[in-house]
Amino acid sequence: MTQAIDEMHDRAGQVRAHYDGFKRWRDRTSAETLAQKRREAELAFHRVGITFAVYGEESGTERLIPFDIVPRIFSASEWSHLQLGLRQRVEALNLFLRDVYHEQRILEAGVIPRELILYNEQYRPQMRGVRLPGDIYAHIAGIDIVRAGEGEFYVLEDNLRVPSGVSYMLENRKMMMRLFPELFAQQAIAPVEHYPDVLAQNLRSVAPQGIDNPTVALLTPGSYNSAYYEHAFLAQQMGIELVEGQDLLVQHGVVYMRTTRGLSRVHVIYRRIDDDFLDPLAFRKDSLLGVPGLFEAYRSGQVTLANAVGTGVADDKSVYPYVPDMIRYYLGEEPKLNNVPTYKLREPDDLRYVLEHLDQLVVKEVHGAGGYGMLIGPSASSAELASFRARILAHPANYIAQPTLALSTCPTYVESGLAPRHIDFRPYVLSGQSIQIVPGGLTRVALREHSLVVNSSQGGGTKDTWVLEEGGSDAVSHRE
Amino acid sequence: MLCRTASDLYWLARHMERVDNTARLLDLAQRTSLLPGRIGARRASAGAWELALEALDLGTPYLQRYGKVDAESVLQYLILDPEQPSSIISAIRAARESGRAQRGAITAEMYEALNTSYLSMRDMRWEHVQRRGLAEFLEWVKGCAGAFRGVTIGTMGRDEGYEFLRLGTFSERADCSVRLMDVNFAPVDDGQVVDGSTEYYRMSALLQALSAFEHFRKLYRDTVSPERVAEFLILRADSPRSLASSSSAILSVLQRLSNQHDSEAKRRAGILAAHAQYGRIREIYATGLHLWLTDYLLQLYRLSDHISNELFVTTAVA
Repeated sequence: MTQAIDEMHDRAGQVRAHYDGFKRWRDRTSAETLAQKRREAELAFHRVGITFAVYGEESGTERLIPFDIVPRIFSASEWSHLQLGLRQRVEALNLFLRDVYHEQRILEAGVIPRELILYNEQYRPQMRGVRLPGDIYAHIAGIDIVRAGEGEFYVLEDNLRVPSGVSYMLENRKMMMRLFPELFAQQAIAPVEHYPDVLAQNLRSVAPQGIDNPTVALLTPGSYNSAYYEHAFLAQQMGIELVEGQDLLVQHGVVYMRTTRGLSRVHVIYRRIDDDFLDPLAFRKDSLLGVPGLFEAYRSGQVTLANAVGTGVADDKSVYPYVPDMIRYYLGEEPKLNNVPTYKLREPDDLRYVLEHLDQLVVKEVHGAGGYGMLIGPSASSAELASFRARILAHPANYIAQPTLALSTCPTYVESGLAPRHIDFRPYVLSGQSIQIVPGGLTRVALREHSLVVNSSQGGGTKDTWVLEEGGSDAVSHRE
Repeated sequence: MLCRTASDLYWLARHMERVDNTARLLDLAQRTSLLPGRIGARRASAGAWELALEALDLGTPYLQRYGKVDAESVLQYLILDPEQPSSIISAIRAARESGRAQRGAITAEMYEALNTSYLSMRDMRWEHVQRRGLAEFLEWVKGCAGAFRGVTIGTMGRDEGYEFLRLGTFSERADCSVRLMDVNFAPVDDGQVVDGSTEYYRMSALLQALSAFEHFRKLYRDTVSPERVAEFLILRADSPRSLASSSSAILSVLQRLSNQHDSEAKRRAGILAAHAQYGRIREIYATGLHLWLTDYLLQLYRLSDHISNELFVTTAVA
């Protein structure tokens, strides 16, 4: 594995130009002040109650996701490249979803194996032939991006079901502005605070046809869900109702919410519940979170769900290797963002290679999420390798493998002071009448030394993400 | 507004008001228990702490748990017992849970106020209360409730949600005022000497616990007599904790909230408000204060049921 690059320092140890303003500020700021600010941040996060519930622990356990005060910074040119690549990718993914639920041209053309899609657990045959407003499926996409090698961007994963984390982008920014206003005064950092506004507009733009002033609601599994804070936060910021399944009902194919003034119609549902739990009549019968009859109302066009039902087939890890082909097929363009080279274990040659190099690769279960069901070869014990090898041999098609990437690092506060830690990045791509990306996202950091796992459930933290505006790396320029 | 949201906000406010009122009740019990027995004990059979339990209808469940009544056990039961749903800690937790579930419907500052109180209360032990001193601890509790009330008034939009919070606050406050009065105005046991000074101390302890002593003095320049205090706490619309204030607030909220023409909740709230606003203390005494208060409490219960049926459950298309 090659040495990871650092976001702030180049190979020669020089501070990169877009980190210059930050560095100068840090040099002027005493260690005590920084330590004090870090404590302040932690207290404030607790008091404000920005917590997430942890599954598997005593019910009601709430934890903070550690917040690191060193920002992750993108230069204007890095961002404009990323943005183009993200648009292109999400546009293709939406075209793909529309296609596999209608004409299936891409399968006819043999670009993607037919059985890989049609027999995929995430493919929803109930969605065949259902027309959606604007033909949009993934209204909100969280695309996980890493940097490796000499700084190339790679897409690690597309999250097209119910991507979360955007509240941290907003809260981390609020916290940084509160702790270090001078940093924002000295540099032109693109604001992100309008995200809820863009999201609300986006959701309204995909209302069923003929609805002028649609009512939008956010459907949450409830206050014990790990992302409940985010659901409540977004609903409030958008000024829409935060509903649970029990607050909704379907009458004569129309969706209503129960209000103090009677039943009130809902046109667009930003749902933060998985497909399986949406409607006990259509999907899992034991779901108490959903709304009976919701799916039928959706199919008949009485209500829009964002994201659409059935998007999971496009972000499945077994389909991921084909995304660059989708871009070429639908858009006739070369992908602007790389995929991580991926071995498909369903193919005998790839399987053989992976089994021979298991200790050098990362192996992922195709339906796994959150860093579970994953083998990191270089850091696994021989017993772990052996047991994973057995699991792979039992069901090769359930796995993909990738080289271990030297994820870029960013200086991070740890107990011994500032030290480089591996990071990744999730920007949020909104598709409606147009595609919009707020300049920022969620940077996650693996706080343990050498760790590459950034998931909050496994000891990851977060950072504020800055996109410098054109000329923003000039520390002396002031914003009006 | 969603029925569930309305109900959560109503209960959020009720619980925070209960926190305030329980602190006041304990403050009163403490003040009364410090008076010489001759004055403090309303009945030979019941001291100040028995009365506190009685006011909340918790005498029996308390005895089942603790066996005998003493100041420390009663305080632990009413402040820190997590299994006792009306204890201060339980009420704060319930308020904070409702707030967390509805944090989108309240302001960030309101949630912060709730959460801060909850976080400080969560790990509270009896030793902490002792170290701080009961009086100071109770001041702090009232401060938490006051901070929440203040932030609510100062930051919350005057929307339906605000009205449901008010509905909860005043429903709980009326309920508690009745209870406080009922045990404190209960007739004394036979054979006890009651003179002017005895009544003065009992009544002024009650007024002080309600932070109303100065206001009372300003309004009534003569003696602190039970009849005057009863009038002050039931009928005076300018007394913020009187039944007249609370019940007319409930009525005005319901007039704004209920879209039903023939709302039973509105009708009942109107009757309650009229009783408290247009009553005369002499007539109430003629009925018997205890009887009057018992009936009032019953009417409040029924009103709560109607509020819940009419506003928190919906099936009709608007």
